[in-house]
Amino acid sequence: MITKRIIPCLDVKDGKVVKGVNFVGLKEVGDPASLAKQYYEQGADELVFLDITATHEHRDTMVHIVEKVAEQVFMPFTVGGGIRTCDDIRLILRAGADKVSLNSAAVRNPQLLTDGANMFGSQCIVLAVDGRKREDASGWNVVVNGGRIDTGIDAVEWIKEGVKRGAGEILLTSMDADGTKAGFDIPFLKAVRSAVNVPVIASGGCGSLAHFAEVFEEDAADAALAASLFHYGELSVREVKEYLKEKGIPVRL
Amino acid sequence: MIGIIDYGMGNLRSVENALKKIGVSSCISSDPAVLAECEKLILPGVGAFGDCMKNIIDRGLDTLIREYAAGGRPLLGICLGMQMLFEESEENGLTKGFGFLKGRIIRMETDLPVPEIGWNELEWNHACELSEKLSEHPYVYYVHSYYASSYDDEDLIGYSMYGDIRVPGLVRKNNIIGTQFHPEKSAEDGLAILSWFAKEVL
Repeated sequence: MITKRIIPCLDVKDGKVVKGVNFVGLKEVGDPASLAKQYYEQGADELVFLDITATHEHRDTMVHIVEKVAEQVFMPFTVGGGIRTCDDIRLILRAGADKVSLNSAAVRNPQLLTDGANMFGSQCIVLAVDGRKREDASGWNVVVNGGRIDTGIDAVEWIKEGVKRGAGEILLTSMDADGTKAGFDIPFLKAVRSAVNVPVIASGGCGSLAHFAEVFEEDAADAALAASLFHYGELSVREVKEYLKEKGIPVRL
Repeated sequence: MIGIIDYGMGNLRSVENALKKIGVSSCISSDPAVLAECEKLILPGVGAFGDCMKNIIDRGLDTLIREYAAGGRPLLGICLGMQMLFEESEENGLTKGFGFLKGRIIRMETDLPVPEIGWNELEWNHACELSEKLSEHPYVYYVHSYYASSYDDEDLIGYSMYGDIRVPGLVRKNNIIGTQFHPEKSAEDGLAILSWFAKEVL
């Protein structure tokens, strides 16, 4: 039986893993390759690296990190942040990443999804979408730039288009839930899940073991992503998986 | 020396890294003369079936692969590389594969998400020397939308269940071996499978 995946997310700035609240007060927490190895040993199912430097001169730094990670961890990992062209995708994949995640670059240029999927296969194109509930609660809009800009685009419609264009997986972050530690945004996830038939990774809002169980028991996601919970050692990946197993949720242990 | 066949598709470095980790030397090459000298070959692959076959043929690697396989030396196909070992695929119209194994590659029809992405348990169809080298419940990493059907049951070593679909995970006919999953991305069990291929399969 296919298992539910637990995915730690690492934000990388200038070659170091950092953590801050809403991109403010960033604190270095370590070297990407050695943190990746720790998560690998804890039994993480995948990793996501988010390059938040996103300036051009640091692209080589990220490629170098990807190469180092690929030498040490033998599980899939995704790289996002600052990927704008097919050449960017090629560089990251060739360095050893399995997938790239495309967020605002895909909103600005949806053709990137089509070209990327045609060139490298849908399996390595993850569409990352940050969404926020509309004021009239009629649905969710796509937001970009860390939630600062509301694009006015309906998130579910955008995701449907993204999948048509070739995205093989959706990384869905709820900006309403993000940082609250009040649990994943189940209604948002379910709305997306019923609209498309590719795997959905839940992100934003996880604050406890019970939240991981909830998102899977509700059948709202195929995988769950968390960052600060793991970085600050509040929970280990193994703890989460042991808990889920007890709850009867299939995990790789 | 294990040759990793480079035909412009796939994450070759991951395979190379995994072999390095288990202490096996390898070379990535698209040169038939270089590959023909290798003791074993790995045929990776991602993307679409038709594109992969076309790239192989365009680079003149199909003859090499056929001759190599006929000569009896071990050949391991990974993911799409495994699918190409079969007779044909329905992906984007019917495309011929190498036909080393009987069977056709078809699309997964299921209520579950397609592609299947993630870790699935490898279950044994036949007793295999490999099973003793892996965990009691080995999990391996899959990424695919198509799978092998109408295969010869004798060739099926291990499989994984995706909903009601019995996905052939590990197949073998003499020197021809294939994994639908990615051993190079399947943590310690994956490395053990590569190690078995590299060090024990003759």
